[in-house]
Amino acid sequence: MNKELYGNLVFELSHKGRKGYALPANGLDNAGALNDMPAAVMRTGAPDLPECDELTVVRHYNNMSTNNFGVDTGFYPLGSCTMKYNPKLNEEIASHRAFAGLHPFAPASAVQGALKAYWTLQQLLSEIGGMSEFTLNPFAGAHGELTGLMVIRRYHESRGDTKRRKVIVPDSAHGTNPASAAVAGLEIVEVKSRPDGTVDVDDLRPLLDDTVAAMMMTNPNTLGIFEKNIPEIAHMVHEAGALMYYDGANLNPMLGVARPGDMGFDVMHINLHKTFSTPHGGGGPGSGPVGVREGLEEFLPTPRVVRRHVNSDDQPVAEENRFAIEYGPEALGSISATLGNFAVQLRALSYILSLGSDGLMQVGPLATLNANYIKEMLKDDYLLPIETVCKHEFVFDGLRDKSTGVTTLNVAKRLLDHGYHAPTIYFPLLFHESLMIEPTESESLETLDDFIGVMHDIAREARETPDVVINAPHNTPITHPDDTEAALHPILTYDELAAQ
Amino acid sequence: MHRLFPHTPEDISKMLGDCGLTELSQLYVDVPQELKLKEPYKLPARMSEPEVRRFFDDLGRRNRQGMICFAGAGFYDHYTPAAALNLVGRSEFLTAYTPYQPEISQGTLQYIFEYQTMMSRLTGMEISNASMYDGATATAEAMMMAVASVRKRRRVLVSATINPAYRRVVDTYAHYHGIEVETIAEADGVTSREDLEAKLQEFSDVAAVIVPVPNYYGIVEDYTGLSELVHSNKALLVMTCVAADLAVLKTPGEWGADIACGDSQSLGIPLSYGGPYLGFICSTKALMRKMPGRVVGATHDSEGRRCFVLTLQAREQHIRREKATSNICSNQGLMTLYVSIYMSLMGAEGLREIAEHGHAAAEYLAKKMTEDGRASLRYPDKPFLNEFVLRTDYPVDTLIHAAMKSENILAGVKLNEHEILMAATEMQTREDIDRLAAVARKCN
Repeated sequence: MNKELYGNLVFELSHKGRKGYALPANGLDNAGALNDMPAAVMRTGAPDLPECDELTVVRHYNNMSTNNFGVDTGFYPLGSCTMKYNPKLNEEIASHRAFAGLHPFAPASAVQGALKAYWTLQQLLSEIGGMSEFTLNPFAGAHGELTGLMVIRRYHESRGDTKRRKVIVPDSAHGTNPASAAVAGLEIVEVKSRPDGTVDVDDLRPLLDDTVAAMMMTNPNTLGIFEKNIPEIAHMVHEAGALMYYDGANLNPMLGVARPGDMGFDVMHINLHKTFSTPHGGGGPGSGPVGVREGLEEFLPTPRVVRRHVNSDDQPVAEENRFAIEYGPEALGSISATLGNFAVQLRALSYILSLGSDGLMQVGPLATLNANYIKEMLKDDYLLPIETVCKHEFVFDGLRDKSTGVTTLNVAKRLLDHGYHAPTIYFPLLFHESLMIEPTESESLETLDDFIGVMHDIAREARETPDVVINAPHNTPITHPDDTEAALHPILTYDELAAQ
Repeated sequence: MHRLFPHTPEDISKMLGDCGLTELSQLYVDVPQELKLKEPYKLPARMSEPEVRRFFDDLGRRNRQGMICFAGAGFYDHYTPAAALNLVGRSEFLTAYTPYQPEISQGTLQYIFEYQTMMSRLTGMEISNASMYDGATATAEAMMMAVASVRKRRRVLVSATINPAYRRVVDTYAHYHGIEVETIAEADGVTSREDLEAKLQEFSDVAAVIVPVPNYYGIVEDYTGLSELVHSNKALLVMTCVAADLAVLKTPGEWGADIACGDSQSLGIPLSYGGPYLGFICSTKALMRKMPGRVVGATHDSEGRRCFVLTLQAREQHIRREKATSNICSNQGLMTLYVSIYMSLMGAEGLREIAEHGHAAAEYLAKKMTEDGRASLRYPDKPFLNEFVLRTDYPVDTLIHAAMKSENILAGVKLNEHEILMAATEMQTREDIDRLAAVARKCN
């Protein structure tokens, strides 16, 4: 990563009269074509957009990228985000010319390959999740949560059971869980965690009645601890007539070990951009497929891809019409205009095929091994609140030595100086100085040892020269940006910036 | 070992040993035995890179390739610049996550700020967020944003002329979120002002009125006086738009809208069978604190350097939890980079030329398709930019299948047995249109 700030904005490189495009000749009289439009519906004046030649644009964005840190730059142990390596082959497949030009409303007979790709991925995810069917339409994890909760509401509605409006979520849950429930029109009830972040079954019992629609959980939980009582919890929730929702944010360590469907979950989502190696793209596009157990398939959102061997008259269906799109009457409705982030789905399919059954079986154990190794090697200097085997991630409650005045934020910023992305900090809220580390299975022993060495160095600095850590970072393109000023006087466009 | 795992057997033994363990299975002692997989997944065996390529080549052959595309309905076949396609693949952008650490994320933050600026200039609105999923969910989120901004009003009026694929999503979100949706009737292809006035009279709890630019039939509706009408009823005006068209059409800002939303796929994003596309929401600054999703702001660092950070995070789900305006978290980040690069290459002049090409081609298409008198424009008196409804004497299915089979042309999107929605862009030529019209002449 370039430590010098590049910092130019494209508006500052614009030069009147330059252009970075050439349109194809179409044999028509285009100039002045818009003159027949009624003036009342046309804009007055053109938008003020940059005017640049192609090379200026290419250098600008290339230079900008050198101030950015990605998985391809270095170790990215951001807890709960599963920043694994994004294989290059996936990118090649995602831009495959045989898929890139397909219109989403083309007749099914013209897009059988695309529909088969969708159908195949949903089948593979069903096997991995222990579910009956997946929709790939949701665009992200939070969108998947929302869709899954809508499935649950639709299920209760279909039985005429309309008073179930509560969702139970652990107080350690990701912020998206309560937010998704609220968007789905559900009321949140928090269940207490025990000190290790697992659900307090005794606290759960009295909450379960005929107004509860679902219990929403990650497993392992946000502290990286497996919920041992999951069979009992699922039993209690089902006895009360509610459904179990699995937030797949933490699915990675369970690959090759156990399936949410077998744990008693009825509905789940998967973040393809976490567990299935599609790139995070600086915050999307992701993909959040939602799976359901048998009996709930018809409630999945439309459009829905189906495979047919015979038609409604029981006549064989020709190969070219094997896959079709349906809008079923029992569906919860649509949550997208199309079948979702299709190119992201292609990447995940490419990843699953690359690993195959035996490769996927190793993902969870190796990710878990990496996390436990870091935890064991660092617990002498960092406070480990829960002394047990963790799963894909774990949480330190800051430095063990609290006398130095060095906080988790300081440690995180000092890591940037050493060429690492910071772990997730101040989440979960169960501890004051949470430092949540998730290495993923992609990282080698050497990378982990280097990181461990740097973490020990930082702990030593905290004791010996604490100001070095407290004032970090020292070695990054910018340092200590003024967040308060940004929030107090928001400047959200270049026009506002230029007016200053 | 697999190419995606660095662990050698020796590494595994050493690491287990340092953890006081001997077997990988000991990492899962806390998982009850009855929950564990008894056998490997029933999935295909691993494939090498050439095998994966071959798998997708084979799948690809089941798609019809290289079709000339007159289908639109919100998603258009536009020129996709090689520079934009290439630059979004820069791994520093591609493999980063949400810019939580601004010190090492200025690249991401900077392009989002550029994107926000370009979108606000394109829509004529004061501010933009850092993206939504797609146009349909952006419209649904704009509805929720409007409802959250207006006290004790939970009803929205939606024009019958918006994209039905968007309407389905709006209805879904409204149903579960507890918002009433009423349809404003259509009159000769446009939003009925009379029906809107009647509904504003009938309901005193209208939070927002949602209308399209241009509408589903391709018609550019005249909204003169609309914002005054909506605002005098203390409701907000929401416009759901095809982004590229705003380079030449009157903008939501000029119409007096409070919120502009829609899809930016039309800004050169590949069709890619439905995604990733790019939803957007822009608004007046007054509504800033109800804006869903992420927002980037300018500030400076301790050395006085101009820099960018995620800001106004107090609105968001990870702080507000169930009280947040929206649950959106990951959005379509990288696609904002794509359209920023696209708009930087095109400039206003390029976007205008594209609109001119599309309009000239659509007019020529309309002329040729109606020439033999067996098809006519469904709304002949209404202005359109690059898309229109054709009413045919012959079945639409016949046209679609004949054009696909004999000329490898996708003729449009079927609306019903005798109506088809047809769009043109800079990507189709006079000759393509002549070929399609020749097919139509033979349809019965």
